[in-house]
Amino acid sequence: MAEYLRARTVDEALEALARKPFRILAGGTDVYPAAVGGPIRDPILDISGLSALRGITREADGYWRIGALTTWTDVLRADLPPWFDGLKLAAREVGGVQIQTAGTVAGNVCNASPAADGVVPLMAMDAAVEVSGADGTRVEPLDAFITGPRRTTRQPGELVTALLIPDAGAPGVSDFLKLGARHYLVISIAMVAVVLHRAPESRRIVRAGVAVGSCSPVARRLRGLEAVLCEADAGAPLEDLAQENHFAPLSPIDDVRATAGYRREAARTLVRRALSTCREALA
Amino acid sequence: MTFDSPAVTVAFTLNGRPARVVTQPLRRLTQVLREDLGLRGTKVGCDAGDCGACTVLLDGEPVCACMVHAGRLDGATVETVEGLARDGVPDALQSAFLRLGAAQCGICTPGMLMSASALLRRNARPTEAEVKDALGGVLCRCTGYSKIVQAVMAAGGALPEAARAEAGQAVGARLDRVDGLPKVLGTDLFGDDFPPADALTVRVVRSPHHHCAVKLGDVESWRRAHPGVEAVLTADDIPGRNCFGVIPPLADQPVFARTRCRFKGEAVAAIVGPAAVVEALDLSDFPVTWTEKPALLTPEAALAEGAEAVHPERPGNVLVRGLVRRGEPETALAADDVVTVSGTYSTGFIEHAYIEPEAGWARRIGDRLEIAACTQAPYMDRDDTAAIMGLAPEAVRILPTSVGGGFGSKLDLSVQPYLALAAWVTGKPARMAYTRPESMATTTKRHPARITATVVATRDGKLAGMTFHGTFNTGAYASWGPTVANRVPVHASGPYLHPAYECRSVAVHTHCAPAGAFRGFGVPQSAVAQETLFDELADAVGLDPLEFRLRNALTNGQPTVTGQVFAQGVGIRACFEALRPAWEKARAAADAFNAASDGRTRRGVGVAGMWYGCGNTSLPNPSTIRVGLKADGTLVLHQGAVDIGQGSNTVITQICADALGLPVERFTLVGADTDATPDAGKTSASRQTFVTGKAAFLAGRALRAAILQRLNARDDSRLDLDGTCLRAGDRELDLTTLEADANGFVLKAEETFDPPTAPLDENGQGEPYAAFGWGAHVAEVEVDTELGRVFVRKLTCAHDVGRAVNPTLIEGQVEGGSAQGLGLALMEEFIPGRTENLHDYLIPTVGDMPEVETILVEDPDAHGPYGAKGIGEQVLIPTAPAILNAIRHATGVLIRDLPATPDRVRAAIKGRG
Ligand SMILES: Cc1cc2nc3c(=O)[nH]c(=O)nc-3n(C[C@H](O)[C@H](O)[C@H](O)COP(=O)(O)OP(=O)(O)OC[C@H]3O[C@@H](n4cnc5c(N)ncnc54)[C@H](O)[C@@H]3O)c2cc1C
Repeated sequence: MAEYLRARTVDEALEALARKPFRILAGGTDVYPAAVGGPIRDPILDISGLSALRGITREADGYWRIGALTTWTDVLRADLPPWFDGLKLAAREVGGVQIQTAGTVAGNVCNASPAADGVVPLMAMDAAVEVSGADGTRVEPLDAFITGPRRTTRQPGELVTALLIPDAGAPGVSDFLKLGARHYLVISIAMVAVVLHRAPESRRIVRAGVAVGSCSPVARRLRGLEAVLCEADAGAPLEDLAQENHFAPLSPIDDVRATAGYRREAARTLVRRALSTCREALA
Repeated sequence: MTFDSPAVTVAFTLNGRPARVVTQPLRRLTQVLREDLGLRGTKVGCDAGDCGACTVLLDGEPVCACMVHAGRLDGATVETVEGLARDGVPDALQSAFLRLGAAQCGICTPGMLMSASALLRRNARPTEAEVKDALGGVLCRCTGYSKIVQAVMAAGGALPEAARAEAGQAVGARLDRVDGLPKVLGTDLFGDDFPPADALTVRVVRSPHHHCAVKLGDVESWRRAHPGVEAVLTADDIPGRNCFGVIPPLADQPVFARTRCRFKGEAVAAIVGPAAVVEALDLSDFPVTWTEKPALLTPEAALAEGAEAVHPERPGNVLVRGLVRRGEPETALAADDVVTVSGTYSTGFIEHAYIEPEAGWARRIGDRLEIAACTQAPYMDRDDTAAIMGLAPEAVRILPTSVGGGFGSKLDLSVQPYLALAAWVTGKPARMAYTRPESMATTTKRHPARITATVVATRDGKLAGMTFHGTFNTGAYASWGPTVANRVPVHASGPYLHPAYECRSVAVHTHCAPAGAFRGFGVPQSAVAQETLFDELADAVGLDPLEFRLRNALTNGQPTVTGQVFAQGVGIRACFEALRPAWEKARAAADAFNAASDGRTRRGVGVAGMWYGCGNTSLPNPSTIRVGLKADGTLVLHQGAVDIGQGSNTVITQICADALGLPVERFTLVGADTDATPDAGKTSASRQTFVTGKAAFLAGRALRAAILQRLNARDDSRLDLDGTCLRAGDRELDLTTLEADANGFVLKAEETFDPPTAPLDENGQGEPYAAFGWGAHVAEVEVDTELGRVFVRKLTCAHDVGRAVNPTLIEGQVEGGSAQGLGLALMEEFIPGRTENLHDYLIPTVGDMPEVETILVEDPDAHGPYGAKGIGEQVLIPTAPAILNAIRHATGVLIRDLPATPDRVRAAIKGRG
């Protein structure tokens, strides 16, 4: 029978992790489906009761903090600025309502699926991961934290305690588009997020985040495109700035959901559409 | 803090009352509710969050109970379907589900109800979009979702009154489903819902390879090394024959493979013991050696020169061939004043994806066996299981449970042999429920088809000739492969007049899961080819697609491709005519939309027709119905036509009630218990309303005649049953004064109906069916041409049902069948070993289904009860080709390889240039 520990405090969880490489259980929406028809066999550290880790707050140091136990429904119901809209759109597309009420943002990140919808808008927002361990806390950019399918830099003794999102200090908009073969409950063929901030009193774009998922082992930011966007005037046809070479970081594969070639093309179509939505919103 | 804790005590609030359980902390809430607390209203469909059937409210929010562990329940509030009704009185939402026909089989109903309840508490008057968002996480395979959405939207307002039919007026009335109340209360009992308390659990050991040699080691030592395991069953334990199959002369499937597994998931052994022991077993040390062998996964591979025979006794891997030939198609195709179109098509395995995985229990009573399981064919189960057990058929009793969807796959044996053996060998009751991957990997599928067809027409648009060749992947075992191979040639013409026609079919064995019966037995696949070719042909001769079909549609008095001539009841023209207004309006609207569009989104409208024979093809398929009165005034209907959600319990009762002349609510139904109820045949081939309904009509009439004779009353007397007092006109009789027979009946009738058919000759000429059902669909789609994503905007479906016995139930069939047709067209494909779950195998969700408008055409059939024809399978046949034709209208491309997934549609659009 699997060992089970229900942590009452973060410290208790960290102590346990320091002692033994428990599997962490949050919303369980990735952990349980992996064990269909049978019991969970790994030793489990249940963090679902750590209510201190739940919720979204704006910190004094200019960061937005999404506690590790914040669910997708929590994201949807939170009062957030418009540049979080992409994250909210992603929240609405994670499975169905049942999955959104149980599944956590941090669980989506830690599970590190190439098709994780939440990772894409978070990357586009420059999110970083707060990782706590016996020796203290470290903060790592999300795109460095996830190193491959189902792989992160989290060490066995560590717990993800929050996602941290810098506030650009400028008005912003965002969009998220998910492409699947059906509506609701669908693993993405491709998904994209765009976040744009403009200078407070001009139309110059001062920060751009563009990320694409399901088209590489880990979701990728399109840094080249971001750089071009950063120079741009928000009133210009931004969608035309997305060029073939900007998509070079992607390395899609053929699978049951779509071909690689289709994914590559769809990613570009989706990015163009998201850019045009953002442009309209900014204007 | 607890370490290595085997059990925890959790206290929570369950449906408003305190609950306390001692349980393992990682146990799923589904198991806590169902097994520890006995609340079996919460259903398990996939155990992976994919189907939502187990939705409960945790602290007021909907969650899948299969992913909630017991350890987090302490202090929580849990609400389940059992908490909705008060003292058995359904709440407003449950009442709406019942009244509006939102529950068919009822297996998804608890999950739907709980999801909708959460929404309605926050928002009493939700919009349709809000309802869809709330229900998007729950899959339904029966209803097509329309009536569910309507019920949720209606729950906050005044419901229509229940239809109450006077005696003699039940047929045609929208009566509530007679078995509907337990479905909406969550108290209906499906295969896994009422096992005996002390039942052992059975778990099957299955092949991990498509094709392998297998060698079992010392299973007895293994058993002894695993305390608690009561038995390990293998082929050596089978007292009778280690072979089963739905078509007895071709039966070929072993209960347990001995030396060779022919598909991934084939059984080699079963382990029996208490649930806690059996579920916890890690089978990696089970003594079995698998030696993987090259697998033949497609008919092309299996038909290749020198391919190994899947069954040595079927060299060349051909299970069976079918043929229908009429006139001289070669001559017609070679003529030079005709227009020709041809194409090659492919469709994949389609999974039934009912939300209830196969489940049941069995017990041994002396030298008899009792098996309660979900099934579509109780008597066939009885006879086949008896043969496996070496028992007389009468020594096996089949007690069908409620069935959480069947669609053809529950015609074949699944859990029954394992349960029977386990109960027989251990002497203790045994239970099992397939896991979702086990169900998907091992039960039958729709046949993948590869079709090449050519159709020619004269320049004025009259069909001149057609050839069709279909190769069907029938998988490792025969199942219903022969039925598919025979049905396809009869139906591949579509409901049209063909002067010259040849259709050949072949069912080929491969190392895939057996392909068997699935709503339409091969005809949905053949209709895709034929109906889309017809659109190309209509274009080629310059006719509107609907006009082209009308020009060629069969009429009374014209021969079908088997040479059968119906003097009456050919309703296909009426269906096409009924669609004309919708067709013209939608085509014009789409053309206007496209003219204004920048090309990124385009709209299209397509039409397709169908016909489908009711009952077995040129084979006897009798149904028997018994109805009678008991001395205490109970009116008992032995209704053996298993209701798998389609509504036979209700429809058969409506028919019998009117034939007898007493109201439906007087009837007490006894189901398809093989010890008590005569054989009403299998629930398949769209035969229950037509065949069993006719038997019910005859039995009702016979009982009426017996009553009138006993009371010496006039033929047109009104019957009345008041307690034990039976009146006919001004005569009356006290039933208690009559002598009861062995079954307690004082007056009784039993009648059998077997539809008249005639055998097919070597060219497939003859009278395969006594009646056909007819229909046609118009599909309206929007295509995102840059992404290849297709959205169906509306389906308008006209069906000639002869007589709509219960219009609500028929609409439910149309809506649900067209949802399956939409899935076939756009998203469904089972790949053995790859898509054995409900997130890689996609079926439509509530978000994929458009409005479905049903137009009922009633051209009565001479044989059918009150003129009724079958509808169950008919409904899904035209949907996929109508959608494909609509995509073609929108974009100019015809997708011939299904499903039309976004990447395929996009590639076709790019290929068009
Ligand atoms: C039916 C269904 C549909 C789904 N649809 C989607 C979808 O559309 N898009 C999508 O992206 N995902 C989808 N998912 C996946 C899943 O719901 C999400 O990834 C979810 O956000 C996971 O969160 P959780 O809290 O349930 O994770 P859990 O299952 O509890 O954990 C997931 C993984 O992360 C680890 N973990 C969790 N929290 C922490 C932490 N704080 N620190 C360290 N490690 C941690 C766990 O050990 C585990 O390995 C779906 C799942 C199901 C069952």
